[in-house]
Amino acid sequence: MPLFALDHISFAYPQGPELLQDTSFAFHATEKIGFHGPNGCGKSTFFLLVTGLLKPKSGHIRFYDCIISKEKEFRALRREVGLVLQNADDQLFHATVLEDLAFGPLNLGLSPAEAKKRAEQTLAQLGLSNLRDRLTHQLSGGEKRLIALASILAMQPKVLLLDEPTNDLDPTHKKKLMQILHELQTGWIIVSHDFDFLRDTCTGFMSIEGQRLRRSESLHLHQHVHAHPLGDMPHAHE
Amino acid sequence: MFSEPFAHGNSWVHALDARLRIGVAFIFSCVLAVATTWQQAKFGLIAACLLLICSRPPLRPLLRRLAAVNIFVLFLWLTVPCTMPGPAAFHLGSLSCSLAGLHLVWLITLKANAISLLFIACVATMPVAYFGHALHALRLPGKFVFLLLFTYRAIFLLADEWQRLNTALRLHNFVATSSLHSYRTLGTLVGLTLLRSIDRAGRIHQAMLLRGFSGHFTSLAEFRFTRRDGKFTVAALALLLLYFTLF
Ligand SMILES: Nc1ncnc2c1ncn2[C@@H]1O[C@H](COP(=O)(O)OP(=O)(O)OP(=O)(O)O)[C@@H](O)[C@H]1O
Ligand SMILES: [Mg+2]
Repeated sequence: MPLFALDHISFAYPQGPELLQDTSFAFHATEKIGFHGPNGCGKSTFFLLVTGLLKPKSGHIRFYDCIISKEKEFRALRREVGLVLQNADDQLFHATVLEDLAFGPLNLGLSPAEAKKRAEQTLAQLGLSNLRDRLTHQLSGGEKRLIALASILAMQPKVLLLDEPTNDLDPTHKKKLMQILHELQTGWIIVSHDFDFLRDTCTGFMSIEGQRLRRSESLHLHQHVHAHPLGDMPHAHE
Repeated sequence: MFSEPFAHGNSWVHALDARLRIGVAFIFSCVLAVATTWQQAKFGLIAACLLLICSRPPLRPLLRRLAAVNIFVLFLWLTVPCTMPGPAAFHLGSLSCSLAGLHLVWLITLKANAISLLFIACVATMPVAYFGHALHALRLPGKFVFLLLFTYRAIFLLADEWQRLNTALRLHNFVATSSLHSYRTLGTLVGLTLLRSIDRAGRIHQAMLLRGFSGHFTSLAEFRFTRRDGKFTVAALALLLLYFTLF
């Protein structure tokens, strides 16, 4: 049984062109899918539709084979499907990192002490404990992104939807993110324009073609222009 | 931009239970607000001063806050004595200043300063977020607390958007002059700031929903009533008793 599925979904923003047209898609909790496509083709929109933050024009969303449409039902879905938005800035809305990480667990009904523990565990797991008491609006772009990911991981979702998680990350942190992902027991869909990253973290791929979601077994090889600005520090191409 | 200059001290006043501090500030300011004699107001002023000294506030921000309060009071000094009826204390040209008016304004001055000092000592000594959580712990409705905390956050968001757009203008070498181009640009700046802030608020709401937010107020803050709080409560009650026996 798929964890969630889209049936014959169509969607357009008000006064915008049709982004998705009568498209269907099913996702199983163990899949690891890389999602690529040109800017503005509707990848972020797809994530917002899945989590019920946008409503489709037609078609419906299924969660464990039940058609869902009410906010309360989507709330149950969001417990298991953790979406990290593209813009990390808007996702941290508490004063300190620790409070922000505890927000999700508190909403899931944990006591303050448990939520705090969960937040600290998550930070430790990601090797970010040094950021615990920092003010969220003073973090660097990359730090914000990692904390935004941590704030979703603290809720221990079954699957992750990551919207361009490698943006703002330096090579070291990109590698760390890969490591974190490899240690997780979850499935995921990752949107990225970084094909190396997708190839290393995903086993299946999808894209949007002609307003339809399309799966593919492999990344079609796009011309891979690759800069080596630090010529004396080469990296391996497998 | 909006600092909380008194919030991060480490005096014993800061260590008091936030609920207790809010309660004390509320009750004492109610008592002071209905005071009718100079003696009562002076009593309150001295008590507030002592508590404030214990909280060891930084001097400059303190003077700035008191100045803000007293500018309002100054307007009262300029208007009330001349408009209250009664026997005149003295004349300024054709204006006569009534004795009753002077009495009243002095009373207001004492009371206003006493209550301000009390609030700086008790309430300004905690961060705004903590204040909200304490209000919730005092059984204020969640909706009210949300309104308070989000309004506070929204001011930062607005300021942030404004800064960002302002930076963009400066990077494009914009200099404000009194030309139509300048006015149009500044108008756009104001409009865009509002629009973007609305968008941003929407995205923050989305992020909250993604983390299981369902309209209930949650908080990590835990409040503990310690022995020190007990002692402080006793002292506050004793002071209240003294006040009512004296006056
Ligand atoms: N709130 C909105 N209102 C109107 N149009 C929007 C809104 N958000 C996005 N769009 C438009 O919808 C289209 C798809 O946006 P979306 O963010 O899903 O693209 P994307 O595939 O995630 O692109 P990118 O790779 O740049 O992140 C874009 O053309 C965008 O301009
Ligand atoms: Mg996007």
